[in-house]
Amino acid sequence: MTSDKTKVSEEQITYANILNIGMSVGFVILCITFLLYVFGVFPSFVPIEELSRHWGKKVHQFNHDLQAPTGWNWVHFIGKGDYLNFIGVAILAGLTIVCYLAILPALLRKKDMPYVIIAIAEVLVLTLAASGVLRAGGH
Amino acid sequence: MVHWNARLLMFFIVVLIGVVAAGPVMASSDAAAPAAQGQGEVHGGAPAPPSAPAAVPSATPWWVWPVVLFIVTFILGILAVLGGVGGGVLYVPIIGGFFPFNLDFVRGAGLMVALAGALAAGPGLLKRNLASLRLALPVALIASSSAIVGAMIGLALPQDVVQIALGVTILGIVGIMLMAGKSDFPKVPHPDKLSQALGIMGIYREESIGKEVEWNIHRTIPGLILFIGIGVMAGMFGLGAGWANVPVLNLLMGAPLKISVATSKFLLSITDTSAAWIYMNNGAVLPMMVVPSIIGIMLGSIVGVKILAKAKPKAIKWMVLALLLFAGLRALLKGLNIWK
Repeated sequence: MTSDKTKVSEEQITYANILNIGMSVGFVILCITFLLYVFGVFPSFVPIEELSRHWGKKVHQFNHDLQAPTGWNWVHFIGKGDYLNFIGVAILAGLTIVCYLAILPALLRKKDMPYVIIAIAEVLVLTLAASGVLRAGGH
Repeated sequence: MVHWNARLLMFFIVVLIGVVAAGPVMASSDAAAPAAQGQGEVHGGAPAPPSAPAAVPSATPWWVWPVVLFIVTFILGILAVLGGVGGGVLYVPIIGGFFPFNLDFVRGAGLMVALAGALAAGPGLLKRNLASLRLALPVALIASSSAIVGAMIGLALPQDVVQIALGVTILGIVGIMLMAGKSDFPKVPHPDKLSQALGIMGIYREESIGKEVEWNIHRTIPGLILFIGIGVMAGMFGLGAGWANVPVLNLLMGAPLKISVATSKFLLSITDTSAAWIYMNNGAVLPMMVVPSIIGIMLGSIVGVKILAKAKPKAIKWMVLALLLFAGLRALLKGLNIWK
């Protein structure tokens, strides 16, 4: 019989629940948008038949040759079959930020200040990564 | 039944080897056509630079590659579960070594694959109190920050340098897997002050012995320092970092093995998120690669779990190590221009 000592903390349950829902939603959206993409329901930014001519290039060369959007500029091409998939990708990649924000109230209620600081710091780190501000130099 | 599953597994491995070997052949038939870049209209985007030559139809139909990716990652998913390794550590060297995709896109896809696996496993591990949020959060802050740095370095380095570094890293991983021990319940005689101050401790129910196990950790600061390096490598190579997380959490910091494995898996969802964003914002995430890979690995993992009860894990682990050794050598030799 499991004792109360093994009881999972409130914030851990909250994190798990949001992760579960978000993962399911993101995965389903990704599958749907991918089907729309490969069946050509929406025109693609890079025609599917031509993609294989370019995916051997370094990403900077790829972006330069095709003038592909970087950062959050893909949002402007959301009507294109390939960039429609980024909705699901962004959901999966952004889920962790949502989970951290969701556990902050529980941590604050418990006055668990070290972990409040850690959680806020992590949100800032992930937001910086997601912002598109950080770009790698080409080579 | 054991016999049938062993034959099925051998069939998958033969298919994997066949597909992996066919990859370069198909890629070289595509490369025989002049390098093509779209000229004039690039559908929906700005016009391509006027110096780009006209596009030439590929010898291989476009749909072959996502189908092959799906098959290969499905098998990798099975092998990963049976071999006790992460999907990411298999994905990047194998896809990067034997497929025509540039390593930038392979690493972007590899991070998404590892991330998807960690997101899928995370909820269950957290709810069962096998993954510890208190252990993961401080470690994740260090590792995710470092992964950003690693991703930026990785995208900036020349291709050959990354291939060589990847090859050396994969060979190092094989060495770690061969030599690193495991400790189911490490002894932590004196938990350090930092871990006690942060409340990094816990109790979980160990079903195999039917008892509750209390755990603490020590050597927190050395562990956090190591996670800087782990994060950089995860970001640079697009590998999941389970191969490094578990030994550090278990052997250095003293967390029980199950807690270490579960927390490591959960940790990947945070570490890989930061690196994945860098790759995505730099344009190194291709849906045509990412989606079949994610679906393949996840379905393969589900099948792998079903086979796990009946397969011989030690034999599979040796096969997986051999595969990693081969892939690591391939990456190293490719980077040195010895085996293109």
